[in-house]
Amino acid sequence: MIQLKVNGSAKKFDGDPEMPLLWYLRDVLDYTGTKFGCGAGLCGACTVHVNGEATRSCVTSMKDAAGKDITTIEGLGAKSEHPLQAAWKHCNVSQCGYCQSGQIMQAAALLKTKPKPTDSDIDSAMQGNICRCGTYQRIRQAIQIAAGVKA
Amino acid sequence: MNRVDKVSRRGFLGTAIGAGALVLGVQINEAEGATPAWMPSVYLGIEPNGTAVIVAHRSEMGTGIRSVLPMVVADELEADWKKVRVEQAIGDTKYGSQNTDGSCSIRDFYDAMREAGATARLMLEQAAAKKWNVPSAECKGQNHFVVHSKSGKKAAYGELVKVASTLPVPKKADLRLKPESEFRYIGKELPTIDQADHTRGAGKFGIDAKMPGMLYASIERPPVYGAKLRSFDDAAVKGVKGVVRTATIEGFKPPHMFQALGGVAVLADSTWAAAQGRKKLKVEWDLGPNGSFDSAKEKAEILAKIKQPGKVVRNVGDVDKAFAGAGKVHEASYYVPLLSHAPMEPPAAVAEWRDGKVVTYAATQNPQAVQEAVAGAMGIKKEDVTCHVTLLGGGFGRKSKPDYVCEAAMLSKQVGKPVKVVWSREDDIKFDFYHANAGMYMKAALDAKGKPTAWLHRSVFPSIGSTFDASAEYGQEFEMGMGWVDLPYAIPNHRAENGAHKNHVRIGWMRAVAHIYHAFAIHSFVDELAAAANRDRVEYILDLLGPDRNVPIEPVGMKYWNNDQDQTKFPVDTARLKRVVQLVAEKSGWANKKPTKGRALGIAAHRSFLTYVAAVVEVEVDDRGRVTIPRVDIAVDAGQIINPERARSQIEGAAVFGTSLAMMGEITAADGRIVQSNFNNYPVARINEAPKVTHVHLVPSKAPAAGIGEPGVPPIAPAITSAIFAATGKRIRELPIRKTKLV
Ligand code: FES
Ligand code: FES
Repeated sequence: MIQLKVNGSAKKFDGDPEMPLLWYLRDVLDYTGTKFGCGAGLCGACTVHVNGEATRSCVTSMKDAAGKDITTIEGLGAKSEHPLQAAWKHCNVSQCGYCQSGQIMQAAALLKTKPKPTDSDIDSAMQGNICRCGTYQRIRQAIQIAAGVKA
Repeated sequence: MNRVDKVSRRGFLGTAIGAGALVLGVQINEAEGATPAWMPSVYLGIEPNGTAVIVAHRSEMGTGIRSVLPMVVADELEADWKKVRVEQAIGDTKYGSQNTDGSCSIRDFYDAMREAGATARLMLEQAAAKKWNVPSAECKGQNHFVVHSKSGKKAAYGELVKVASTLPVPKKADLRLKPESEFRYIGKELPTIDQADHTRGAGKFGIDAKMPGMLYASIERPPVYGAKLRSFDDAAVKGVKGVVRTATIEGFKPPHMFQALGGVAVLADSTWAAAQGRKKLKVEWDLGPNGSFDSAKEKAEILAKIKQPGKVVRNVGDVDKAFAGAGKVHEASYYVPLLSHAPMEPPAAVAEWRDGKVVTYAATQNPQAVQEAVAGAMGIKKEDVTCHVTLLGGGFGRKSKPDYVCEAAMLSKQVGKPVKVVWSREDDIKFDFYHANAGMYMKAALDAKGKPTAWLHRSVFPSIGSTFDASAEYGQEFEMGMGWVDLPYAIPNHRAENGAHKNHVRIGWMRAVAHIYHAFAIHSFVDELAAAANRDRVEYILDLLGPDRNVPIEPVGMKYWNNDQDQTKFPVDTARLKRVVQLVAEKSGWANKKPTKGRALGIAAHRSFLTYVAAVVEVEVDDRGRVTIPRVDIAVDAGQIINPERARSQIEGAAVFGTSLAMMGEITAADGRIVQSNFNNYPVARINEAPKVTHVHLVPSKAPAAGIGEPGVPPIAPAITSAIFAATGKRIRELPIRKTKLV
């Protein structure tokens, strides 16, 4: 029996311990905000926080998630809206919106370690997250606004 | 009741103003489970509490269309946007075409949306007039109220619904459309309705759809186009925890159209279990004639074909005579590979077969095509297929081909439960309807100033026609009409030829379609000619476009496609193309940014989807040959713009999409199988590879609205190679650029 915490609440799982966290979140818990894009750690659509760190849930097995504290996009601004979420709306970042949960989770982890990121900090933190619609310049702008490095 | 049914798609789209007139006046009351609303139009209902329910009948894949068309209705209705609820339509011909494809939603439905809103407003005004016993001309809809100017009386829309619903639907001629000065939302920058949801992961996509008791399917498809299932062994599959059973899906009968590819499915209680079970399948295939398909050999074949005469598809003057007497001649061949759409959300749908009917929730660009394709697969009537449309995690043309919905429906019938089909990324990249690979041969005879006196352009590519006709070998009218036979340059002798070629994989339309390879060849060639003449590229392009005029396009053996629009309403207007060239030159600082080693600007200008676009791309090439794009400027004349903010975002996105296909996109095949599988070997532009910033310059225009979703794409690749040449002296004639060593 695997025990873990998702968005603050305790969960138990007795299925295949090799199952990626992504499918547990989506298929079992119905937290569908976390998206599937590649299943191989190549696109960032499935990014969640595992003990606060940005992690690709598609390549994180349930046995590796055991005992961990997971935050998904649904949990990020649950208490009060995260500044990134406000900045995302301010910049109208989304096109199709599909990649944006992963983008925001990745950016939130960046701001925790680098509250005032430079352009190259943003490039290196965000280059694992694909946006096929091509919203990158607004993602950059929204991160800068949330970080207060640009109005 | 439904007259739209009786009108062919072409005829229907050909009369854009007809869209509203055809469907207005149909009284329906079938919004699912909602409070019965008064519906003066299929696109609009008003509830007794005053909420305006506006139906979004086009699919939302990121363009903003499911917000922007309802904003047009709301504007004419004089609705308070806060009192509007948008509902996504199911597939139904009563809405007119729902095929969200070809950058035409605004063009085809702007008038219809205005009429829908204006009709309801007039009826509310008439209802108020009746209530107050005053002439209806004195009553005016204003921000969700009707106001009687003389007495100052005011009634909320909700209060008037009951009376309004008893009134006859007014004739179109009696409607009073708002003057531009009174627009509330049209031309303004209202945010789209889904922005907030997307910051919370709350948007519901095809991959998020669930039906009670559903099973998850993972499908092993024929590895080669046209391969047939010989046998399979699922003994090991059954031991996988969570697997319920396997099932076969019959292969398609040619032409493949939107039929399922066929194969063996593993059905399980989770996505993961289904995928694990699939790994244990042993399947034998009869590969058929495409089992030896090799894309490198095909490329050589295409490059040989373009050296031979083909079918003449446009002919002006006498090219042969001009070449015979020419002093200087320039020629070049170009090649663009197969490409995959790779929308961020792969194809996904859930479907249930019950009592001879199908209900599906699908990420689809075209729910009516879902109805038809699923009905065909199941042998039922299309009215017996209910298609709910989810949000789409990108589409780019892939999701207008509903083979994946057919798979879900066919499996559901076999297993007696709803079935969810989600393609893995590997499935998506290996079994796409690929953007065609194409070879182009260009030849020009040049005068003393280096301007062409004759122009020959041959193209060879597998046609999208092969999707609908297995024997198709030549391009379709629409493929020819995409930036090829409609060459707008002032050249007295001009011939276009198309060589025959057969498809070896499924070929389909992808964002900007045949414009991609034609624009790459034509504008690269123009760049070469300008360089050969040692002339400034902006000045050269303007000279080539010649005097301001509408260029009559008269191809050979077909009519000019022109997005099914009349050339009198949407001419090929060189003045508008020159205008965007001049604008982008000015905004990018073209005149003052002379090329230096490793850093330069490039330019290309192209008309597509009736929109005029010119792009200037700045590239930096470092001493290891790595290319970055610090800045892109794009000038766009798309006629009237309904939401400038979403228009800009589409053009920004197009610059990234264009960068991906220019720099890195390539699908190849060996032994009939697609070699690429995921984003590691089919890369798309990431944040550090995309243009760092794209400045979009919209030309204010009162011309009829044209396309926005696609026209930004075609000029990007040739503008990048133009810039790379200026920065390095390397001429790139084949995409993707990463295949050429720059140092
Ligand atoms: S789905 Fe996990 S990185 Fe792409
Ligand atoms: S917004 Fe569509 S993939 Fe990023």
